[in-house]
Amino acid sequence: MSQTVENAENPILRACRSFGITPEQYMLPARGEIRMVDPGGRLRPPEEQGTGPGHEYPLPPRDVLLSAYEKLVVGRRVNDQNSALVRQGRMAVYPSSHGQEACQVAAALCLAEGDWLFPTYRDTVAVMTRGVDPLQVMSIFRGEWHGGYDPYERRVGIQATPLTTQLLHAVGVAHAAKLRGEDTVVLAMCGDGATSEGDFHEALNFAAVFKLPVVFFVQNNGYAISVPLSQQSAAPTLAHKAVGYGMAGERVDGNDLVALLATLGRAVDLARTESEPLLVEAHTYRMQAHTNADDATRYRDDAEVQEWIAKDPVTRMRAWLRGEGLLDDAAEARIAAAAEDVAAALRDGMNAEVSVDPLELFRHVYVERTPQLAEQEQLLAAELAREETDQ
Amino acid sequence: MSTLEAPAPAAEVPAQRPVTFAQALNCALADALAADDAVVVFGEDVGTLGGVFRITDGLTRRFGRTRCFDTPLAESGIAGMAVGMAMNRMRPVIEMQFDAFAYPAFEQIASHLAKMHNRTRGAVRLPVVVRIPYAGGIGGVEHHCDSSEAYYAHTPGLKVFTPATVEDAYLMLREAIDSDDPVVFFEPKKLYWSKAPVDLAELKERYEHRAPERREGRAVVARTGEDATILTYGPSVPTALAAAATAAAEGRSLEVVDLRSIVPFDDETVAASVRKTGRVVVVAEAPGFASVAAEIVARVQERCFHSLAAPVRRVTGFDIPYPAPKLEEHYLPSVDRILDAVDDLQWEDRP
Repeated sequence: MSQTVENAENPILRACRSFGITPEQYMLPARGEIRMVDPGGRLRPPEEQGTGPGHEYPLPPRDVLLSAYEKLVVGRRVNDQNSALVRQGRMAVYPSSHGQEACQVAAALCLAEGDWLFPTYRDTVAVMTRGVDPLQVMSIFRGEWHGGYDPYERRVGIQATPLTTQLLHAVGVAHAAKLRGEDTVVLAMCGDGATSEGDFHEALNFAAVFKLPVVFFVQNNGYAISVPLSQQSAAPTLAHKAVGYGMAGERVDGNDLVALLATLGRAVDLARTESEPLLVEAHTYRMQAHTNADDATRYRDDAEVQEWIAKDPVTRMRAWLRGEGLLDDAAEARIAAAAEDVAAALRDGMNAEVSVDPLELFRHVYVERTPQLAEQEQLLAAELAREETDQ
Repeated sequence: MSTLEAPAPAAEVPAQRPVTFAQALNCALADALAADDAVVVFGEDVGTLGGVFRITDGLTRRFGRTRCFDTPLAESGIAGMAVGMAMNRMRPVIEMQFDAFAYPAFEQIASHLAKMHNRTRGAVRLPVVVRIPYAGGIGGVEHHCDSSEAYYAHTPGLKVFTPATVEDAYLMLREAIDSDDPVVFFEPKKLYWSKAPVDLAELKERYEHRAPERREGRAVVARTGEDATILTYGPSVPTALAAAATAAAEGRSLEVVDLRSIVPFDDETVAASVRKTGRVVVVAEAPGFASVAAEIVARVQERCFHSLAAPVRRVTGFDIPYPAPKLEEHYLPSVDRILDAVDDLQWEDRP
């Protein structure tokens, strides 16, 4: 590698030195995909996990894995509950992450409390797993406001529908923290289609140039609504894009919760200790349509969907945990009951009539309101007062 | 501030010596950086070079690379990173090198900078200033002279300021940086080299001890007059004042209102002037169709219809792409064109 990498401050070089590997070996995702647990639930021997020197991933502690499984089950239940609430007309729309829950759970669990998560619109389960109240998360899809939670409470950016714009916000949050000498790591999520957006490029480049601790986490589910990845990118893999920015890229089985926790956990650690960005691409599948308004049968075969059922992240994790003796009937019953409680609370919350305050429309446009908005608020207030008198 | 970099002396300008508009902006940035550690300045070429117009000259030397720094050449990245930094308690002041080069940042500005406070029900404040050198009159090549203020003024959640005097260059930039709302700050390029005998130390003193009443969004009467009002802003203010001087020599007294802030808009000051004179010409450099000038006309007729002796006239740029240097004089609102419009204000009628 040329002069750019020979900069003494360059975290890539520092990492390469400590691992005893070349920058190419460090940055390129040449080893294939990190997978620890097979679809059938068998733990692979280390030499078959896709790891290599400088890319070693120890098995996360078993208690962490068991509690992550519980979040996985809850996440699946929430996805299915929300899809039902949409069919019942209680929610306007819900982009389900059914099939991608392992990515969702791992993204939230790999971060420390002081870190930040920047999700997309499909990352509801990640936001919840980070600890945001599910009802607040869902208010955006219920249609009462364009966002339902305070980003500062759990350090979660607001769910974004314009693609990859939030990656730059993640970069900014990390930059501000770095300037103040804080060791905050930011994990920023996007999908495979989003990697075509200009902001994806600008965010990765800025993060690399300013040496910011940002983990870019791409959930590659194969489709951007209907357009397959082959029409989105000609790169060997999306993780290969990292090398162009001077950062390391890694690929991971997106339906293997164990591998995701290991890979993202290490990426977060490296980002924190080396103050460098990393790109992690998880290969997964959206089992349902893009949203309730989409018809996935127009662009993908049922055979393909069936193949992915066999790779399901929940059944895979369950099989492994049971095989290891970490999950017995009693624990399963407890976890199922916990998931049911979350779903019931969601149902109750969503079935309750929500009250909206029309005058709130004017309240948060500016910190210091303009006289023009004050006038318009009076107009609406008068209109509402007349309606009340008429009734 | 980086401890590795020795602080250079502040760019001191002796009292009452002519100060340029650019120097006043530079001083405002320096004073804001000194006043608040959360203020950071970044953009393309703003560091070592001091900006293509030298507005950030010396700031990196004085405050270090952590406070004023160059970014990769990507405007959406600059604006998007500013959003994130503001979310994390900084007060970024970003420079878009030229008006038309700010368009790649438009999504970040319109979809996020403008909306985040509202989307989070007030939880997130984004005190970001987007500085945009704008408008023509400098013989700029293509894509260097757009008057793009209407795009931003049309976007709820943004405030839009545009100073026209050396004093306002300082005061309004300080105000924009201290605002908890995002401000798009339009700097008329052709006024960068304009001068006025201003005491910057006194201005700083005045700004820091200003009265607590509503400060932003005030228009000023730049010249008082009795017969007609010219409503204008930014690069057209000096042209309007020149027109008023010429009209005075011809026996007609024109009042010139410098709007200063497009959002918020000072209906009060505008209406008071219009009700006094009964005749109005709106002058702005941007193409007139669906423009800020059009909005001003609408507001005036809604509020002052019974005080008007004549339809409100506009003198604006034509509805064409900004012309090449050899043609721009035909495009820009001129003294003659303003006076012709004034002549058309039905002087035989009484309101």
